[in-house]
Amino acid sequence: MAECPVCGADVELENDAVQGELIPCAECGSELEVLETSPPQLGEAPAAEEDWGE
Amino acid sequence: MKIGLLHSLLRKDEKLLLEAFARARIEPVMLDDRRIILDFTTRPDLDILLERSINHSRALHALRLFESVGVRCVNNSEVARICGDKLLTSVALCEHGVPQPEVRVAFTEASALEAIEELGYPVVLKPAVGSWGRLLSKINDRDAAETVLEHKTVLGSYHHSVFYIQQYVEKHGRDIRSFVVGDECIAAIYRDSDHWITNTARGARASKCPVSNAIAELSLAAAAAVGGGIVAVDLFENGDGLLVNEVNYTMEFKNSIDTTGVDIPDKIVAHVAREARA
Repeated sequence: MAECPVCGADVELENDAVQGELIPCAECGSELEVLETSPPQLGEAPAAEEDWGE
Repeated sequence: MKIGLLHSLLRKDEKLLLEAFARARIEPVMLDDRRIILDFTTRPDLDILLERSINHSRALHALRLFESVGVRCVNNSEVARICGDKLLTSVALCEHGVPQPEVRVAFTEASALEAIEELGYPVVLKPAVGSWGRLLSKINDRDAAETVLEHKTVLGSYHHSVFYIQQYVEKHGRDIRSFVVGDECIAAIYRDSDHWITNTARGARASKCPVSNAIAELSLAAAAAVGGGIVAVDLFENGDGLLVNEVNYTMEFKNSIDTTGVDIPDKIVAHVAREARA
């Protein structure tokens, strides 16, 4: 369990969560990045940049 | 076998690739482009590198540096260079005789307006570098053309001064995205939208599109034109024929696996493993 850095809600990480993974906060809808898995730590995902894409 | 996975944020697509690697009993070497430091001499212990960066600029330059120390990359930096720039993609398609919508390129506000008037309205103005349908402008008349060109000139960063102007193709609410892995067109989807922009990133709905001979042949020709590898090709239906709109080198596929019934990440991993052994 980790804390959403935006709204403070508890966010459950899947067992196969990996560093760098994007996950949504079910409470506030923010897009979060898994910074650490053990112990779990979340950060706000970076905003999209101009050269992001496919 | 040591396969590097160059990434930044791990989206659903990369998670699906990690699951495919696990099924293939391969543990990729994770290389976060936000953490790596590259020099020009150190060769990482890799047989091959699979590129999945979300930033075009990082992908392009990292790939070139990995190649310079002898690491083979999928896709390679030349494919990234061409596909990452719509102008260069159009050049490659043209040089290989692959049909595409009419395109004009201009470098000033005045010449861009002249090119738009020559093509005829409507046209689509696109940034040469960009994705997900961002900053596309459908220009229906001279008033809109003058406004958009002035805004780009005054407010745009330097690469918005390269005006990539594409003839608008009436696609009747949908286009086709095909997926090429190596020498096979493995799947395709229709992308339907009420909006003229039909990117799934912009809300278009995906449905299965049978891979006809025409789709397969044109997709493979487009892939070959940009250097091959693993690419997604956007196609317009134009009367009885097809036109290549864009070619994407870090393709997203998460919405297309159930839709097509094709395990796209498994196909990608199998291809990369084959290339590593070659």
